Amino acid sequence: MNKQDRQQDVPVMRLERMRLVLRYILLAMTAFLFLLPLYWMISSSLKPAYEIFANPPVWIPDPPQWQNYRQALTELPFGRYAINTLIIAVGAVIGHVVSCILVAYGFARLRAPGKRVLFIILLATLMLPYPVVMIPQYIIFSELNWVNSFKPLIVPTFFGNAFFIFLLRQFFMQIPNDLIDAAKMDGANLLQIIWHVIIPISRSAIATVAIFTFQFAWNDFLAPLIYLQDQSKYTLMLGLSFFRSSFEVNWPYLMAASLSVAAPIIILFFITQRAFVSGITTGSLKE
Amino acid sequence: MADVVFKNVTKNFGDVTAVNNLNLSVQDKEFLVLVGPSGCGKTTALRCLAGLEHVTSGDLYLDSERINDVKPKDRDIAMVFQSYALYPHMTVFKNMAFGLRFRNTNKTEIDRKVREAAHILDIDELLDRKPRALSGGQRQRVAVGRAIVRDPKVFLFDEPLSNLDAKLRVQTRREISLLHERLASTFIYVTHDQVEAMSMGTKIAVMNRGVLQQVETPQNLYDHPANKFVAGFIGSPAMNFFKGRLIKKLGTLTFESSGLSLPIPKSKAIYYQHYLNRRVLLGIRPEDIHDPALPVINIRPAEVDCKVDLIELMGDEIYLYLHCGEKEFEGRVDPRSKLRRGDRAKVLFDVDRVHLFDLRKDAENPPVISTRDA
Repeated sequence: MNKQDRQQDVPVMRLERMRLVLRYILLAMTAFLFLLPLYWMISSSLKPAYEIFANPPVWIPDPPQWQNYRQALTELPFGRYAINTLIIAVGAVIGHVVSCILVAYGFARLRAPGKRVLFIILLATLMLPYPVVMIPQYIIFSELNWVNSFKPLIVPTFFGNAFFIFLLRQFFMQIPNDLIDAAKMDGANLLQIIWHVIIPISRSAIATVAIFTFQFAWNDFLAPLIYLQDQSKYTLMLGLSFFRSSFEVNWPYLMAASLSVAAPIIILFFITQRAFVSGITTGSLKE
Repeated sequence: MADVVFKNVTKNFGDVTAVNNLNLSVQDKEFLVLVGPSGCGKTTALRCLAGLEHVTSGDLYLDSERINDVKPKDRDIAMVFQSYALYPHMTVFKNMAFGLRFRNTNKTEIDRKVREAAHILDIDELLDRKPRALSGGQRQRVAVGRAIVRDPKVFLFDEPLSNLDAKLRVQTRREISLLHERLASTFIYVTHDQVEAMSMGTKIAVMNRGVLQQVETPQNLYDHPANKFVAGFIGSPAMNFFKGRLIKKLGTLTFESSGLSLPIPKSKAIYYQHYLNRRVLLGIRPEDIHDPALPVINIRPAEVDCKVDLIELMGDEIYLYLHCGEKEFEGRVDPRSKLRRGDRAKVLFDVDRVHLFDLRKDAENPPVISTRDA
């Protein structure tokens, strides 16, 4: 490298660094924007009621009202709600995983007349907003005498979900044919192939289905509100709504309870994050 | 005992006929190689036998039992896939044991069989590894091992060497041949590589466009190809072909083409008598063309005037690219040959080793002709 080159290099490097700095500033600003509500939630959960709408805003509660958490969570039977929510969420996860794997495998791998048309119909159901099916579904479940039970919240998941079926089908279609043929030659029947070969290979996709389902069920407000009447059957999300009556909202308690309820989902996400990483099939077949 | 019979087997995929009326019988302990260019239906035939495809019509027999409707797992046939198809989430041991688990084999028996097979294939050390931690050659062995542990009546191989590098391929070729001797069971092996076919098979079945062309032992196939396709497919460099007419000249059957007049020896004439006064195709392999300066014994030479276009030194031999009239052809001669580019020469055709084919019949799909004098 001669001298002239080196002299030209310096401004280039400076420009690079400036670009990097600019990029971080932009990222930090965006992150700040997204984290602000979360921070406000945390800080509000620790405030006495009068500090919530204080002007100028109080950023750091003084003193922090830690007892807000204890009171918010004991004022209502949140333990009961948590168990109810868990029953529904786990039930929905089992329902979706079992049904979506079977249906997706059928669409991905089996030959059947009209398969394409059926698949298009399935995808079309994705376009239906929930409010459209809400009332017909309610009528069906009320005819079945299922209202005020967990059944309307769990049983439908055993009939699949268009989006998850689509997701799994795409994944199953990438599995090499030879692998399935080899399992057939080894003497496995259809269910054994799914259990011993397809499911272990598709762990990451199945984990995605499970996590999303759990999260939807956990955070769902509308369906439990429609179907559950006894307070003893309420879910966490319904429990939260108690903090807002028609006349006033107990903001510190609502925030404290909301954070407590959201925490498991956030922790679940961090634990299962690794499962999203795919690439399990590498090395099985020729490159 | 494991005889395999294809009887009038046809397999269609929609409008495409992949296998067309295949009749083939494989005897017990035979090593049959199905060979042909890609898309000739050889893999489809194999998959039909494995039970992975349903035949459109015809019958499959294994030990004289009709197996058309028998499920793959009940056929007692094992298959080694081109891609190896190892289960990526299982260790080598589990990969090999997988097939036994569905056959109600008890644990100690599974353990014994897997270790025995691993020992045969020299992969004892790898049993705890996952497929992704293996080299191509090792994966190939595991795939073979998975077939061996089941102790099947018939082994099917679908181009098992095509993903290996050249050196490993030669070595593995030998190992599979030895394995065949050791296991003494029926092997059916699909390949597009005629060298693999010639060197491994006890019998070779050549297919083209879904139609079986000829079934023979390797040497007979080489010496007595039934039609132009087989003649051109087996052998490298490929056989030279000359279009011409078969006429009688001074009482001798003679092949006449532009610049070429070759007497057909009496021993051959009796087979080709019925081609008299017809347009025929003459085939001669490059190694049956000789340099006149280097006399060879035991040949029946016929001189052919030609010009040398190009020579290729291979070390142990020389490839001559020649032309005679309009027609270009290739010779393979002794490396001591002094023929050089641009030379005019009278090369010698060994007319004892020429082949004649009916031009009209070759236009369509030829019927299968068995060897005349094996």
